[in-house]
Amino acid sequence: MQIESSTTDSPALPGAPPHAHDGGLATPRPSVEVMRGSAPADKNLVVKSRAEGLTFYYGQVKALNDLNIEMREKRVTALIGPSGCGKTTFLRCFNRMHDLTPGTRYEGRIILFPDSIDLVAKEVDPIEVRMRIGMVFQKPNPFPKSIFENVAYGLRVRGLRSNARIGEEVERALRRAALWDEVKDRMENSGLSLSGGQQQRLCIARALATNPEILLFDEPTSALDPIATARIEELIAELRDQVTVIIVTHNMQQAARVSDYTAFMYLGELIEFDNTSKLFTNPSQKATEDYITGRYG
Amino acid sequence: MTEQIALSSSGTPAGLRFRKARDRVVEGGLLVAALVAVFTTIAIVIVLVTESLPFFRVVSLADFLTDTMWTPLFAEARYGILPLVAGTLVTTLVALAVAIPAGTIIAIYLSEFAPYRIRETIKPSLELLGAVPTVVYGYFALLVVTPMLQKLIPGLPGFNMLSAGLVIGIMIIPYVASVSEDAMRAVPNYMREGSYAMGATRFQTATRVVVPGALSGIAAAFILGISRAVGETMVVAIAAGLQPNLTWDPTEPAATITAFIVQVSLGDLPHGSIGYQSIFAAGLVLMLMTLVFNIAGFSLTRRFREAY
Amino acid sequence: MHAVTAGASLEQIRADVSRRKILDQVFVMVGLLIMFSALLVLVVLFVDLVQDGAPRLNWDFINSFPSRKAERAGILSAWVGTSLIMLTTAAVSMPVGVAAAIYLEEYAPKNWLTAIIEINVTNLAGVPSIIYGLLALGLFVYQFNLGQSVAAAGLTLSLLILPIVIVATRESLRSVPRAIREAAYALGATRWEVTAHHVLPYSTGGILTGMIIGLSRAIGETAPLITIGALSFIAFLPESPFRGEFPFISFSWLKESFTAMPIQMFNWVSRPDPAFQVNAAAAGAILLGMTLLMNGIAIYVRYRFRKRINW
Repeated sequence: MQIESSTTDSPALPGAPPHAHDGGLATPRPSVEVMRGSAPADKNLVVKSRAEGLTFYYGQVKALNDLNIEMREKRVTALIGPSGCGKTTFLRCFNRMHDLTPGTRYEGRIILFPDSIDLVAKEVDPIEVRMRIGMVFQKPNPFPKSIFENVAYGLRVRGLRSNARIGEEVERALRRAALWDEVKDRMENSGLSLSGGQQQRLCIARALATNPEILLFDEPTSALDPIATARIEELIAELRDQVTVIIVTHNMQQAARVSDYTAFMYLGELIEFDNTSKLFTNPSQKATEDYITGRYG
Repeated sequence: MTEQIALSSSGTPAGLRFRKARDRVVEGGLLVAALVAVFTTIAIVIVLVTESLPFFRVVSLADFLTDTMWTPLFAEARYGILPLVAGTLVTTLVALAVAIPAGTIIAIYLSEFAPYRIRETIKPSLELLGAVPTVVYGYFALLVVTPMLQKLIPGLPGFNMLSAGLVIGIMIIPYVASVSEDAMRAVPNYMREGSYAMGATRFQTATRVVVPGALSGIAAAFILGISRAVGETMVVAIAAGLQPNLTWDPTEPAATITAFIVQVSLGDLPHGSIGYQSIFAAGLVLMLMTLVFNIAGFSLTRRFREAY
Repeated sequence: MHAVTAGASLEQIRADVSRRKILDQVFVMVGLLIMFSALLVLVVLFVDLVQDGAPRLNWDFINSFPSRKAERAGILSAWVGTSLIMLTTAAVSMPVGVAAAIYLEEYAPKNWLTAIIEINVTNLAGVPSIIYGLLALGLFVYQFNLGQSVAAAGLTLSLLILPIVIVATRESLRSVPRAIREAAYALGATRWEVTAHHVLPYSTGGILTGMIIGLSRAIGETAPLITIGALSFIAFLPESPFRGEFPFISFSWLKESFTAMPIQMFNWVSRPDPAFQVNAAAAGAILLGMTLLMNGIAIYVRYRFRKRINW
């Protein structure tokens, strides 16, 4: 059981590159709102999971190279970077989705606390991993079942039989996903009858119903309109202090709005990882700065 | 609230073990079902070979392949397969003479010319043509086509390979057409657009760009059509007669390999007699012929599917 | 015929284009002609059968056994035989075909064994039906000692339509979007749970369609049944599957000799007596009618199921 309690607000990373400060930031910054989590001293520094030397291969191609990063418990960590930088690939390592594709290989470890289990170890069963770690996908993918059954599915798979109990948990999950009021009168309707934003919240409720230890979001709002996007961002912000969240987004403003920590990745490597406020206002790496000022997409 | 849901049996480690064990058992069962296909092929080979072996101990391979008479049921039995092969080939050639032009033209029309509405209604109807039971086609060949042909060709015998071949051709038109059309549809649109942009007509584009681009698929269609025609049984058994006859003249009656097998099966041959074994020897030849055509056809199909 | 090159006048271009377009129009006419001729054959066939068989297309025909007298010969034993054989065929080919398709689509790793299985499935689709008859003769009738029975016939036809069922099932399994599978896996479901709870339920339409099309093919198959030894003068019915007393279901009909519709038709067509040809036509009309009906049902089922779920 390893708990790191330090009072500095910049996480100490093994093997992190030294601060190569680029003085004189003459380039204009995008305006970012004041973010939560930018409080100087973050009291809760319990680590929920840590990637150590994580390297990942699609066949012969190395897609991730030696990632070392810590996810704080009950905080929101964002992964940003240009297309193809490996952020989604990294995200999918956490719940072993890559195991569904032949020819993939993990090296290194992702340790889940407090049990200190290596999530990507061959001996660890992917189904077990997925029972503890949930995922919300880019395009909402509710099952063609009723709203109730969508949320209940994860519970049924875990063997919960009491209908009363299932009903309670479904309601709780839908409330946490801010969807309950909109659907409580039509729980038997098909999940597909909802709007895009509602469907995504349904998928969030479905994932929350099983009380995952980590909730992964893979670009959850890229297929949604701005209003639905805003609601989901509110939701994610509310989940803070309840669930550990890792969110991949190609929208930097979203990362700035929603997350406590941000990791910038490029070509399969971790370039910089820091408090969100610091990374966006005063990044240590030139590459990070170039990305957030829009020098390359 | 971070406690895990109080899980009942399926969620606990023991429950998970059960679910995974169940998964493995199910996978085993499914694999066995999938292997049935492999076992069937193996069984076909074994049955054909083991039942023909005794036959080939009595009849030399040379005789089998070169003798010009096939009379296994006579007292003075002769076992040359050539008459049967000739019968098969002649009917197949007649069938191809109908199916290849018609099937290809239909395919080109449907793929390059037909408006959407026509294509959607005609295609299923054409498939129906291929769904008609072959015994019904046999009836048609004997009692409708032959009388019609007899008016055109005086002296045409009641049993002849021409009617049988024509009807088989009609029967495989949908097959040839659909495989060819698939091949043509697979040709990417930008090739057609390049041709149209130069002022070519539809017909020119179809014949000079699309057909050459789909050639391997069209060839596959022809070859698979041959395979179907070779394996056809009932039409020839009913309309072409059951008398082995070594001739290249389609107006004569003749027996094909398949018709011979039918004829023997209708009779009463004791299990294990040489007459009984001769049908397996004939079946072996048939199997080899269709195997060659199928392999050629399918590898061509894969080639055109991969090319695009 | 001169080519139109650069610098041609407008009239020359127009003349050239009209000349080339004539070929277009000719081809369209030829294409339509051939297509409709082919379809015409189908119509002529059906009409002819009905016309020729009209005198015998009555309830009596359906309810009588075969007989040496053409006017009294009927298809009772034939259609009962066909029904029993179809029952057996469906009972065998459906589970085996669907299971094999599930394995190939959801479980099979990309290795040599899978490649061999797939090659075999494709190959078997092209094997002539009479070869299946020879297989059945050697294997089911003699080796397994099933004799010339309904069971042997049913098994033979199941093998024959197995590739059809497998291919149709695979297509409908494939049409379930990958996103649904991913969502289920992400919730911690095992592979079988994903298949049984999510993939199979949404594929039932396609599976059913494949089954019906397979059966419509099996119903018309004659050659394999002749080879096994279907007799065409069966003047009795096998024992009914249903009994009045316990255990209510009997399987003795599986062991009995059989006849079937296409066999009966073949037998009648082969006789020189024109009176029997009327019978043959009537039997053929019924057989063709059944086949077309089944195909129609399959198309309808496919259409209905496709409308229900839109991803």
